Amino acid sequence: MAKVPKPEELSKIDYKPSKKRWMDTPVEFKEGMFCHGTRAKYLETVGFPNPREWSSKDEDWKLPENWKEIVLEAIKERLGKYRSFRLFMDICVRCGACADKCQFFLGTGDPRNMPVLRAELMRSVYRRYFTAPGKIMGRLAGGRELTYDVLKEWWYYFYQCSECRRCSVFCPYGIDQAEITMIGREILNLLGLNTDWIAGPVANCYAKGNHLGLEPHTIKSNIEFMLDDIETITGIRIEPTFNRKGAEILFVTPSGDLFGDPGTYTCMGYLMLFHELGLDYTWSTYASEGGNFGFFTSMEMAKRLNAKIYAEAKRLGVKWILGGECGHMWRVINQYMDTWNGPADFLEVPVSPITGSRFDNARATRMVHVAEFTADLIKQGKLKLDPTRNDHLKVTFHDSCNTARGMGIFEEPRYIIKNVCNHFYEMPEDTIREKTFCCGSGAGLNAGENMELRMRGGFPRANAVNYVHQRYGVNMLANICAIDRAALPTLMDYWVPGVKVTGVHELVANALVMKGEKERTQDLRLEPLPGKEGAENV
Amino acid sequence: MGALFSFVAVILLILLAYVGVEVAGMQPIFGIVIPYAAVLTFIAGVIYRVIKWGRSPIPFHIPTTCGQQKSLPWIKQNKLENPSSSTGVIGRMALEVFLFRSLFRLSKSELRDGRLAYGSDKWLWLAGMAFHWSFLIVLLRHIRFFATPVPSYLNLLESLDGFLQVGVPRLFMTGIILLLAVTYLLLRRFYIPQVRYISLTSDYIPLFLIMAVASTGILMRYFFKVDIVGVKELTMGLVSFNPTIPKGIGVIFYIHIFLISILFAYFPFSKLVHMGGVFLSPTRNLANNSRMVRHINPWNYPVKFHSYEEYEEEFRKKMKDAGIPVEKE
Ligand code: SF4
Ligand code: SF4
Repeated sequence: MAKVPKPEELSKIDYKPSKKRWMDTPVEFKEGMFCHGTRAKYLETVGFPNPREWSSKDEDWKLPENWKEIVLEAIKERLGKYRSFRLFMDICVRCGACADKCQFFLGTGDPRNMPVLRAELMRSVYRRYFTAPGKIMGRLAGGRELTYDVLKEWWYYFYQCSECRRCSVFCPYGIDQAEITMIGREILNLLGLNTDWIAGPVANCYAKGNHLGLEPHTIKSNIEFMLDDIETITGIRIEPTFNRKGAEILFVTPSGDLFGDPGTYTCMGYLMLFHELGLDYTWSTYASEGGNFGFFTSMEMAKRLNAKIYAEAKRLGVKWILGGECGHMWRVINQYMDTWNGPADFLEVPVSPITGSRFDNARATRMVHVAEFTADLIKQGKLKLDPTRNDHLKVTFHDSCNTARGMGIFEEPRYIIKNVCNHFYEMPEDTIREKTFCCGSGAGLNAGENMELRMRGGFPRANAVNYVHQRYGVNMLANICAIDRAALPTLMDYWVPGVKVTGVHELVANALVMKGEKERTQDLRLEPLPGKEGAENV
Repeated sequence: MGALFSFVAVILLILLAYVGVEVAGMQPIFGIVIPYAAVLTFIAGVIYRVIKWGRSPIPFHIPTTCGQQKSLPWIKQNKLENPSSSTGVIGRMALEVFLFRSLFRLSKSELRDGRLAYGSDKWLWLAGMAFHWSFLIVLLRHIRFFATPVPSYLNLLESLDGFLQVGVPRLFMTGIILLLAVTYLLLRRFYIPQVRYISLTSDYIPLFLIMAVASTGILMRYFFKVDIVGVKELTMGLVSFNPTIPKGIGVIFYIHIFLISILFAYFPFSKLVHMGGVFLSPTRNLANNSRMVRHINPWNYPVKFHSYEEYEEEFRKKMKDAGIPVEKE
């Protein structure tokens, strides 16, 4: 892992761009700001072009002879396939409204991290090769030759964007740099230019069903570990089922929840809640991944990975699908899944078997967000909750980029948290809901070698947490995203030590009073509950 | 560099019209041929643009959601910022187009002692609103030159615009506001370092051009008075396809109409197309209803994915050992 400078140093950021024009300023690859290039084997697994061993630090990236042709052809094809892309190439007025809206600009001061300039990296090439003024007047019309260096610049900066869409909230035309980044990455992938941290999970997910490459028996045994802990805490032995045909509901969550805390605590939360409800549901080891790193690679790859969810639902004959807490998984489900892999006519419109509520908002996709599901349970009074068990926590909530700006699920998790915790504090208004900042590690940036980038990109988020930490003593950062649960603990340790990270369903399960449970003395982390310190756990 | 180039280019255009009319006596070229050509270019160019945009489909429904989604009945949906119906979308678009909703969100971030603070920053919004609205009103006022009799709503508009009741001819506020706003938009390109950094020549050209159009208009109305009857004869001739060049219209008029012609002809090939583009933007003009209604991607195609059968084939033994049900024993 690259060495990251101290927070005091890192937070000295100069936002003034240099005098020299950006087209004349060569890109410098800075250690700690980029990832390793992908290994050949990962590309081979999914049949992607140009698998080879290469290093992103090398001069020579071992590209095919005709790389330039491939790129220009790919741009042309996508201009014809995506109105968004064509339009966003044409209509930016460079007003700069988006300039300081990107956490990567706020954290690095690197002008190419201003969304508008990130887009110009591509737009300049578009103008040169695809518009009349650019073809004739070149640079004077803002055009730029596509060179090897430009390609490297794309790679460097399209992997410094977390596809968070924050810029598109402020742009008067809704220009969404995430869309341009996605298309840029898709084009880079035609040359075998992915990062190892994205291509690896994609290959795993493709062949084994989940990012981590957990094989079926490992998934089961990981969950069994959690069941042991649950038994220790509650005295109740839970027996979930796997790949069970005829279950009413298929539950799909990001595999991050199966491996490594604090994700596993969230997973324990689901297990306890579903057990308490007596829900007729099953896990699947085949469709064991809701998260979709394909989405950070290409539309086609995302579709190939996503296809498993419906395929498995069909095979098992379930009625509908329940989805766990995840960010980009939910953008995919909300905006892409049905279009790619629907219609889900073999499923039924989801109805909560506990409350009878019909989830009309999911009547086509037939997949319900677990926060919608649980909020409904609480509202209908179906859960017995003891929020004092979370009294040692002062909680704030981080809206994940994708669920915020690609879905709009704001109230459900807040409603749940307020019902299971007594101490909840919002971060400043400019940093939550549709204006939320990214954790700095989204869209496949949560590797180890680019740690400085992650700490920088997460700086605005951490700053807002620090504000409530200082002011109200907040010590728990809740979220509904697996990447958050993986990335935020590191971010907090770096910027705001003393703040821990949790999924919302961990908080739910802490407060959940279960039938036949013994008196609880520990929370899901096996730490003593408030007022129960020193109590023997028997 | 870009700014200087654009400035010089606009000055040259002005000189060109001046010399063309005053020295070479090419009134018909500047008063008839070029305006016709410009309007034609404008119409053809805009149609070409819109067709080009329209030809690219919208494969996915990707609205940027800026408020609470529609979910459970007791959770209040933000129908304007996260619409799920066409009515909501129309509302959202209206807010965007008429009131520049997104720009209104603007804030300014500041780093002080390692802490980020955000303050509201409505200047760009204000200047944008002032600029676009006054431009629109100025344009509408010009209908007077293309219609006889002058429609009555124009008189109303003019009396509103001139409500200050100063000067002869009466001072129109919008002309002044337009000039001030465009000056502000130019100055921010000079003085805000990030905006300066991203500005291209093609960002300065329209600003200088519009500034010159507005200035010549104001000069013509209040200072170098032109023969207004002659002007109207000329403009009416243009719209009735019976063009004439009345004698004695001042050169400033020809400069004005020449600059406008250039602006019109330039429009479809420049960033000015944002005016039409904003209506088509898929992050704004779509409802967030893709879980409720299936949307079709016209180029959707089947893909290869790792099937359950392949998966079970590979892991059958391990699955059986772990007690996970399998299809084939
Ligand atoms: S806010 Fe939109 S129009 Fe303005 S510079 Fe950014 S992308 Fe371009
Ligand atoms: S999508 Fe997010 S990370 Fe990417 S440029 Fe926009 S604000 Fe920055």
